[in-house]
Amino acid sequence: MLSVTEHKEIEFSSDLIKQFDEIVSRYPQGKQKSALLPVLHLVQAEYGWVSPEAMDKVAAYLQINPIEVYEVATFYTMFFLRPQGKYVLEVCRTGPCCLVGAEKIMNHIEKTLGVKEGEVTPDGKFSWRGVECLAACGMAPVLQIGPEYTFYENLTEESVDKLIENLKNKI
Amino acid sequence: MARKLLFENINVPGIHTLEVYRQHGGYRSVEKALKTMTPEAVVEEVKTSGLRGRGGAGFPTGMKWSFLAKPEGKERYLVCNGDESEPGTFKDRYLMTHIPHLLIEGMIVASYALGAKTSYIYVRGEMMPQIRILERAIAEAKNAGLLGKNILGSGYDLELYVQPGGGAYICGEETALIESLEGKRGNPRIKPPFPAISGLYACPTVVNNVETIAAVVPIINDGGEEYAKFGVGRSTGTKLISASGNLKKPGVYEIELGLPVEEFIYSEEYCGGIANGKRLKAVVAGGSSVPILPANLILNTINGQPRLMTYESLSDGGFQTGTMLGSGGFIAFDEDQCIVRNTWNFSRFYHHESCGQCSPCREGTGWMEKVLHRLEYGHGKMSDIDLLVDVSKKIEGNTICPLGDAAAWPVASAIRHFRDEFEWHVNNPKEAMERNYGLAKYADPLPKLEEVASQN
Repeated sequence: MLSVTEHKEIEFSSDLIKQFDEIVSRYPQGKQKSALLPVLHLVQAEYGWVSPEAMDKVAAYLQINPIEVYEVATFYTMFFLRPQGKYVLEVCRTGPCCLVGAEKIMNHIEKTLGVKEGEVTPDGKFSWRGVECLAACGMAPVLQIGPEYTFYENLTEESVDKLIENLKNKI
Repeated sequence: MARKLLFENINVPGIHTLEVYRQHGGYRSVEKALKTMTPEAVVEEVKTSGLRGRGGAGFPTGMKWSFLAKPEGKERYLVCNGDESEPGTFKDRYLMTHIPHLLIEGMIVASYALGAKTSYIYVRGEMMPQIRILERAIAEAKNAGLLGKNILGSGYDLELYVQPGGGAYICGEETALIESLEGKRGNPRIKPPFPAISGLYACPTVVNNVETIAAVVPIINDGGEEYAKFGVGRSTGTKLISASGNLKKPGVYEIELGLPVEEFIYSEEYCGGIANGKRLKAVVAGGSSVPILPANLILNTINGQPRLMTYESLSDGGFQTGTMLGSGGFIAFDEDQCIVRNTWNFSRFYHHESCGQCSPCREGTGWMEKVLHRLEYGHGKMSDIDLLVDVSKKIEGNTICPLGDAAAWPVASAIRHFRDEFEWHVNNPKEAMERNYGLAKYADPLPKLEEVASQN
């Protein structure tokens, strides 16, 4: 849930604001609240998570109450309410993926990264979690990595090793 | 090879670009509809085609369109439902990835038919790559004068936008989707009023699945009558089936409705049989929400007729011995799969995805998950099985939206058809942790109708 540790003022960059403005222009006058989900996605892509401070800023930008942002950010599972690793491995844990070994893949990731679901590795690089159906059941098991939600399909323990190794070497 | 309507050109290199798409006859339906047909004529054509909603409910699309209220001075909206989240379904992802212009073409024609000036494609947030693909395709179409002001000189204006979701299954329900598009939590609305009267921004709105919108293109190109020649009876046209689970060749297949289930599973043209030389144990035919059937009942109806991939044939026998076509999420289970474990997995999904608005669903899905968890992990009691049936009955029909039913049906049907496997878990908890129950009699010739009935 919302974790308020210390309040750090943040300022959205003008580039980000420009993107927000473009999104708001898609809706009728006065319906700028519709931009909330796409705006939160942009915020998360920028900061890696959706902090309470960022949510307050979003509320101010969209001219809505902060609570309207909190209730949405806590409802949709894609928004991280606390800091995550740089790469969040989200593994599908629903039926069709489990029929072809998703549970094995999750156990393997837990062992390889050495952290439990939802925790961040000490170097801050990785975290992982099981998520519900990603609509790619024919390529199961699958995982995705934000913020672009790149997809990795037909996973095996070896391909997961390779993926983690590649990400480790990426700056 | 059977003829395809949506995926005829899916393997053409570069078909995701406007140039190649147009070379292969793309956007013909836009020219035809906007230049030679009235909006009413487009709706009539779709009615004639017999097209039914491809998202799961199977409601006739033309009829849905004709319900749209048209008050003076109020905007009307078309919203495309690309929130595809039903476990087992991934056809829309495939369509949007490989042939995005088909969806955009369908959106233009459908928006014209409904008189919408602004339309949205709501795509689940996890499909960020598909959102980028669609945005690129929309920009291409706009540059070519297929979107924006005065499309192809017809005087019709349309703006089309893509809206990302946030990873909530419930937003596939049309009123929850509308709430989400308004920037709110995805809590389904109480109906009436239906979206056709008061939907997005309290304006008349139609919400259609991606595949439904795409199917409008061949309907306008060839005419509704021509489309209706495909399929059987009231199941006209073709359907995208997402095949997953323990199949040799999982993937998305466009089939003509009426194809025998057996042919779909075993023929080389489609799934090529069960992977690793195993035998078929069970099938969930239309996405995780529909009742699961054992192998014998999915291949044949209780009367011994071969079961066909149609809305009617799959639901033959009601929930006693039938299931539903749903969204076409076809999940096959081989003999090594544990039905109790899978039912628990699905229950966890529904518990996770319940929006929490209605108590029966919010609480009931949690109870079912917990009870199934203890059955799976060897702490179950015989009375738990009836408890599950009882809970599922108390959810079903007692919620605002169909998520409650969707959570109840898989549990009730698993117990209906695989009760001995649940009992085995209670009687042999240690053994159940180490091995699976196996195929048992589920692939044998059909059970007698009385036997199935007595277990309910």
